[in-house]
Amino acid sequence: MGGLSIETVSGWGRRPVSRGAVERPEHLLLPPDGHPVLARGLGRAYGDAAVPATPGARVLETVRADRVLAFDQGSGRLTCEAGLSLAEVLRIFLPRGWFPPVTPGTRFVTVGGCVACDVHGKNHHRDGAFGAFVDRLVVQVADGRLVECGPSRERELFLATVGGMGLTGLITEVTLRLQPAESGWMLVETEPLAGLGAMLDGLRDAAKDWQYTVGWIDCLARGATLGRGILIRGRHATRGEAPAGPASEPRRLAVPLDAPEWLLSPVLMRAFNTAYYRMHARRPGRSARIVPYQGFFYPLDAIGGWNRLYGRRGFLQYQCVVPRATGAAAVGRLLERLGAAGAASFLAVIKDCGPESDAYLSFPLEGPTLALDLPYRGAVTEELVHELNAIVIAVGGRVYLAKDAVTRAEDFARMVPRLSEWRRVREKWDPERRFRSAQSVRVLGDRA
Amino acid sequence: MKVAFVGGTRGMGRALTRLLAERGDAVALLGRDAAELELSARDLTARGARGPVATGHLDLAEPDGFGAGLDAADHAMGGFDALVVTAADFAAQKDLERDPARLRRLLDANFTGTAVLCQQAAERLAARGGGTICVFSSVAGDRARRSNYLYGSSKAGLSAFLEGLGFAYGDRHVRVVCVRPGFVKTAMTAGLPVPPFAGEPDAVARVVLRAMDRGTPVVYAPPIWRLIMLAIRMLPRFVMRRMRF
Repeated sequence: MGGLSIETVSGWGRRPVSRGAVERPEHLLLPPDGHPVLARGLGRAYGDAAVPATPGARVLETVRADRVLAFDQGSGRLTCEAGLSLAEVLRIFLPRGWFPPVTPGTRFVTVGGCVACDVHGKNHHRDGAFGAFVDRLVVQVADGRLVECGPSRERELFLATVGGMGLTGLITEVTLRLQPAESGWMLVETEPLAGLGAMLDGLRDAAKDWQYTVGWIDCLARGATLGRGILIRGRHATRGEAPAGPASEPRRLAVPLDAPEWLLSPVLMRAFNTAYYRMHARRPGRSARIVPYQGFFYPLDAIGGWNRLYGRRGFLQYQCVVPRATGAAAVGRLLERLGAAGAASFLAVIKDCGPESDAYLSFPLEGPTLALDLPYRGAVTEELVHELNAIVIAVGGRVYLAKDAVTRAEDFARMVPRLSEWRRVREKWDPERRFRSAQSVRVLGDRA
Repeated sequence: MKVAFVGGTRGMGRALTRLLAERGDAVALLGRDAAELELSARDLTARGARGPVATGHLDLAEPDGFGAGLDAADHAMGGFDALVVTAADFAAQKDLERDPARLRRLLDANFTGTAVLCQQAAERLAARGGGTICVFSSVAGDRARRSNYLYGSSKAGLSAFLEGLGFAYGDRHVRVVCVRPGFVKTAMTAGLPVPPFAGEPDAVARVVLRAMDRGTPVVYAPPIWRLIMLAIRMLPRFVMRRMRF
């Protein structure tokens, strides 16, 4: 049957908000009428990547197309429909000793979404992004054909679809390689670091020995303490190190309503950041702990609807990556600019990325990446993003489309040197631009 | 359990087959669309179903084929000990009101077809010492309402049939479970306005699985619908006549 319902549609940042004619079929298939359509998974992209190009346009939500089609216990090779979530992958396959090869900061994402955004995780420095583990995609392209593609088959379509934000066709099936994991527990070390230089050095040092690295930084600290924070390193605990039994699921809380604006006041933000830093700084130098994977990878998943903490106006998430050579100076400038704007963030995350992939629009490149939340306060917040973008463009960096809601088309073009190659491949498979989003209208100049 | 399952590719049926597979039960999928059956069979296999998941053709509109469908399940599993039917026809009342052929198709599948299938299966199960028959009826069968009495009456007939079937075969150890889902968010109900107390397929499936294990004759899912329907059944006729729902 697959009826349509007109629903409010927004990204996880709840900004911007639009409407879509939403369909959630149990078997993914493009509508035969040839109308424009946008695929959407679990809606965790922050900005407008999964918001329809025009209010009321067709949205194909993939979450009910979630069948596992094949799994090989020997190799960890998984074939599934695109709407299967990483949460399900973990629930089904972790007890059998397999873990997603790459995971973003939430497990409530679909495998198709992971491909479309070419998501990265705390292991990017070592393992690369999600697309590096994808052997095969089935894409229903604009004219309705089902096309199989992969690293050595219809390679151009594959490289344009990985990180292509769903704009080359409807991803219906994915074959990927899971990684072995002996337990659901993580061995984790944390270390407080007093400034940005120490943090960037610490991330690079840790990258040599640790599969997972990430830093949390207090983006309200200034002057000598600019960039101070907590360095976190981890790896999967071996069977011997892990406590008996599966990693326990933390109790899930839910945010029942939109938080009031005062909760986001600079004073409270500063208090939160300082308290978080002090809490960790009190721990002895390098303390190693065994923790459940849920808390290590997905701390915010324990709070259902945490995006409501930013109130009704929503928030922008900003993530950029800058090349290694100029990285430290650029990150310093970004933090100074944020501090000057008083644009507090609950959490700023810093990470050292590894080499970029061949996928044309894939976000990561070799160097530091910085991610933070900006409570939306109107035009000033958007202007701040443009200023941050200018710093990023000046050093040859770029922003992450899965998070972006305001970057201008001309700025994006300057960030992504391979954009013209991607456009050429898209032109070949979807000359009419059947697949488009609010983001593709804004950033790529698609017609609305 | 060894379950012959009609309707397992979609919605609540899909959720229930997954719970069965994940605890290691054997499942044979019966239905109309061979390609969909095959995809779901692969899903259940990967999720841990015992043995290969067989598929077979069964269409509630074609009672002549029921024997062959049940044979296929018997053959694949060495004799099934449970039949689950989640498949049914559904259409908006406005489409049924003006199209007698469409209406007849729905009534045939939901009542005639389902009853004939269950009767046949009950005989088989009784002959081999017992088993479970679990069928999805609907709260719509509990009380006729002007806005969906056509679909609702097919389910009312089915509920009555299942109650009788349970009485008739109880002493031959065939347990009959009549599931009465309230509004559940599935592809079947997509586009309809979502009422309060709407359920999710996974939660419904958990309730139904427990009922199958215990042999509960009538189960509402989500459970709150037992109270809602109790209230609606008690409404006097003159009130129902004025109600728009």
